[in-house]
Amino acid sequence: MYRSNVLVCGGTGCTSSNSELIIERLREEIAAHGLEKEVNVIRTGCFGLCALGPIMVVYPEGAFYSMVKPDDVPEIVEEHLLKGRIVKRLLYQETVVDDNTVKALNETTFYGKQRRIALRNCGVINPENIDEYIAVDGYQALGKVLTEMTPQQVIDEIKASGLRGRGGAGFPTGVKWGFAAANQADQKYVCCNADEGDPGAFMDRSILEGDPHVVLESMAIAGYAIGASQGYIYVRAEYPIAVKRLQIAIDQAREYGLLGDDIFGTGFSFDIQLRLGAGAFVCGEETALMTSIEGKRGEPRPRPPFPAVKGLFQKPTILNNVETWANVTQIILNGAEWFRSVGTERSPGTKVFALGGKIKHTGLVEVPMGTTLREIVEEIGGGVPNGHSFKAAQTGGPSGGCIPASEMDVKIDYDSLIAIGAMMGSGGMIIMDDTTCMVDIAKFFLEFTVDESCGKCTPCRVGTRRLLELLNKITSGNGTLEDIDRMEKLCYYLKENSLCALGQTAPNPVLSTLKYFRDEYIAHVVEKRCPAGVCKALTNYHIDPEKCRGCTLCARNCPVGAITGSVKQPHVIDTKKCIKCGACMEKCKFGAIDKR
Amino acid sequence: MKSLAELQAIRDRARAQVGLRAESGASTRVQVGMATCGIAAGARPVLNAFVEEVAKRGLKDVMVTQTGCIGICQYEPVVEIVEDGRKTTYVKMTPEKAVRVVNDHLVNGNVVTEYTIGANTQ
Repeated sequence: MYRSNVLVCGGTGCTSSNSELIIERLREEIAAHGLEKEVNVIRTGCFGLCALGPIMVVYPEGAFYSMVKPDDVPEIVEEHLLKGRIVKRLLYQETVVDDNTVKALNETTFYGKQRRIALRNCGVINPENIDEYIAVDGYQALGKVLTEMTPQQVIDEIKASGLRGRGGAGFPTGVKWGFAAANQADQKYVCCNADEGDPGAFMDRSILEGDPHVVLESMAIAGYAIGASQGYIYVRAEYPIAVKRLQIAIDQAREYGLLGDDIFGTGFSFDIQLRLGAGAFVCGEETALMTSIEGKRGEPRPRPPFPAVKGLFQKPTILNNVETWANVTQIILNGAEWFRSVGTERSPGTKVFALGGKIKHTGLVEVPMGTTLREIVEEIGGGVPNGHSFKAAQTGGPSGGCIPASEMDVKIDYDSLIAIGAMMGSGGMIIMDDTTCMVDIAKFFLEFTVDESCGKCTPCRVGTRRLLELLNKITSGNGTLEDIDRMEKLCYYLKENSLCALGQTAPNPVLSTLKYFRDEYIAHVVEKRCPAGVCKALTNYHIDPEKCRGCTLCARNCPVGAITGSVKQPHVIDTKKCIKCGACMEKCKFGAIDKR
Repeated sequence: MKSLAELQAIRDRARAQVGLRAESGASTRVQVGMATCGIAAGARPVLNAFVEEVAKRGLKDVMVTQTGCIGICQYEPVVEIVEDGRKTTYVKMTPEKAVRVVNDHLVNGNVVTEYTIGANTQ
């Protein structure tokens, strides 16, 4: 029996800032003090507060240590684990109360407004130990389904819960299962979409890394509901930790007989295999994903027939996203009514967002549907840092749109986001401040979709490139007002004529920035000016002669010798020579250089 | 796994460890003095005896934790039990005494008077 549990984050974020070494040092130090029978070190999944990683939590006190360095480990072991004195200087500042007590995490602004359903085990259990998952009621839902419910009752329960696909489109999960169950076939399949491709999104990765068994259990439940005996998890090879833990989880579940033949002696058999994706964005699209599992080039195909009719290997298939799967076991255990008590009427439950960009608490947050953007940004996210102001939030990555400051009080759910021209997407949320150029952002996402377009259909292959060319024309100062109109027309053409969701949604970043920030486009075109000072072709650096003291620092740092002037005399930038690298502005101690 | 009963058995076995990690709403705290003086006087076996005994009896709302030196080093190992603001201070503890304190005090609500500081300073 251990008296203390030390949980160290082993998610991708904290691992890349050395949490593996911290765990190693912890084990060494604990052994050196002879505490190995008293203190248990556990590598968990993501805690969510990635901005403060590497994170370590010590129970039973619940001390939340942030930004721990390997060199801090001896002090933590000696002071806290041996002598019981919490190392206050390493605590997450908000939790510090007095010398020996800490405020509970759910009283902090970051965690207080969150409601963790999909992430409930992330940062709590050891994802590589099936016993810990079982300890927190793991595989109970599968047991309940197999021994107490008929397949139809399972589908009805999921339908009644109102759970909608967390991959972004928001299709009712129970309805999808119902379609697949109704189609008769000798073989059916259950698939998990873990091909999370949006730049800046890492919700699914964190669930796979922190709680892999929940995906396996939920897929087995779905297998029972629709009559499938085989599942596939399509996960991108760029997620090595997730892949490794999934494989460990599958092996352990097989060993316990929770996957395989005759589970719980009920005669139901179900097994799962991993399929690794090579990282093509289009393979997150359901038909392309299944084509890729079949071993062919990952390209989409027209729908109908929908996967529930003819999916993987031409058999009825259901495909759900990782986060959707993470909700299923809880609905089975707690009931549809419980699930509906969280969130909004038409979008019950919670949504996980990967907060990134210009925000203090970058990380993973799970909030009830209907939470406002203001609450996420200002309260949970801690606001925009460095004294800048919030300009917009981009949701849904390259398929989504932006939410401007004026819409900050919109309650976030599937329908209200579509109403304002954005979309839920899979949950990437990139916060932008006043130093972000909205035309440049649209261009960034378009560059991504141009790269990732599979090329099968003409509207997407050619259309996205033409759209990007128009954006380039505008950001280089050669755009006209007619170009803006042509761009808009092209956007609608792309939306209506592309084969799959990649092309259909690719224009969204352009359309939503045009909707809310048209004035910025016009400034680029008419005034040949980039208001945020981002687009290089439209920005000139300038030295204010009043403020310049003639210290010559800028001239010495200019890589192209564009700055001239003698000592103690105001300097001048030759805009023809200037390559707009910004080195002078960074070096100037008097704030004399500005962009305009 | 051929039955639900097997699953429940694994769950019950694994729960004690994982249960430690919840945000503790424990109404009773057992604080073992683990400063240098406490450790020197043998506080660690006492701490472990408390942890084991509390787990063995499945006491859900009891949290066993450490604390620093409270200034009565001659009476170490010192253990304080805090319940609803009431504090009982046990002194010169041993693992054997710890077992009895869990049994009498934490389970049955009877303070073990002869181990308390009051009984030992007269």
